[in-house]
Amino acid sequence: MSNTNRKVLSSTLGHMIIAMVCVAAFSGAILGFSYQITKAPIEEAKNARQAEAVLEVVPGEFDNNPFQDRIPIGHKGIELYPARQGSKITSIAVKSYSNNGFSGRIELIVGFLLDGTITGYTVIEQKETPGLGTKVTESKFSNQFKGMNPRSHGFKVKQDGGEIDAVTSATISSRAVIDAIKRAYKNYTRFSTMTDDEEKDNG
Amino acid sequence: MDNQSLNNLTRGIIKENPTFVMLLGMCPTLGVTTSAANGLGMGLATLFVLMLSNLAISSVKSLIPDMVRIPCYIVIIASFVTVVELLMAAYLPGLHAKLGIFIPLIVVNCIILGRAEAFASKNNILQSLFDAIGMGLGFTLGLTSLGIVREILGSGSLFGWSFVGEGADTMLLFIMPPGAFLALAGLIMIFNKIRGVAK
Repeated sequence: MSNTNRKVLSSTLGHMIIAMVCVAAFSGAILGFSYQITKAPIEEAKNARQAEAVLEVVPGEFDNNPFQDRIPIGHKGIELYPARQGSKITSIAVKSYSNNGFSGRIELIVGFLLDGTITGYTVIEQKETPGLGTKVTESKFSNQFKGMNPRSHGFKVKQDGGEIDAVTSATISSRAVIDAIKRAYKNYTRFSTMTDDEEKDNG
Repeated sequence: MDNQSLNNLTRGIIKENPTFVMLLGMCPTLGVTTSAANGLGMGLATLFVLMLSNLAISSVKSLIPDMVRIPCYIVIIASFVTVVELLMAAYLPGLHAKLGIFIPLIVVNCIILGRAEAFASKNNILQSLFDAIGMGLGFTLGLTSLGIVREILGSGSLFGWSFVGEGADTMLLFIMPPGAFLALAGLIMIFNKIRGVAK
């Protein structure tokens, strides 16, 4: 059976230091190498997921790639993805977030028409409770927002006097989604007033 | 293949199954098995790390002084886990997003250090590889079957293929932590029956 009388290096200080340095150097080399070869694919995979989410929420016809034309705003990860037909912007997707999720940050991408009407949203990152909070990613909840305009609607869950049906036993997750959409809308309006001014200047 | 190799290879699958008999690695077992695919993914990731770490530790066993062997083993295991995590993030982003924090936690999975200490540090490279494959497959089997049970009962689907309508009321308990314990207990019961353990 197994050979238990092993011959190993004796535990002198020198041996121990050499063994640990060698192991650490070997590990460092492996890690550095695998970091190098996986860096680009990891970035690509992340971008592919977001690009897909953008295309899901941007409606109608456009001839650019909204994800490639993205405009980052601030340092907190908010980005705008304008969909253009020719040189005219037809709709805008906004990546937004909320830190009020039940288990941390929720990130989503919301689509807006030019008058501010929501065309839908896709959650790209969440850590909500499986089976409860994760239902905010499902169409039964997310379809409620389609066609709403944050300017004219009371954007709250019913418990808070609004008109959104929260997911059963996941009110906190539902509120977090609304919070993220409101943040998206705020950045969207800031952007659209900015471009309006530009157009006036040019005209 | 001689008797001893065969024994080393199959021991982890039934006789000393890490999940159902030794009850090792319970943190990922209970944590990630909310669906069959997650269980399978976690099992295979662990199998992969276990093979690499058993191979590496078995080949350097005589060069590492006894007094520092545990820190050395852990550094080796942690490196392989990080490699697996990077590879998974690059080529299987969907699975990586679902398993999340449990991938780095493979480092502290007691099966891996356990096999390194109890087997790889005392046996040759080939036998250590057989042991790793057997234990890894046993762990994968355990996690996948637990995932299958929890997914069917908790989400009404199997490997993502749903057989109930959207919004149907399933037994949510089974994809929450308490359901993991209940499902595991049920499976251990069945497994003991199969192994012929009489109580």
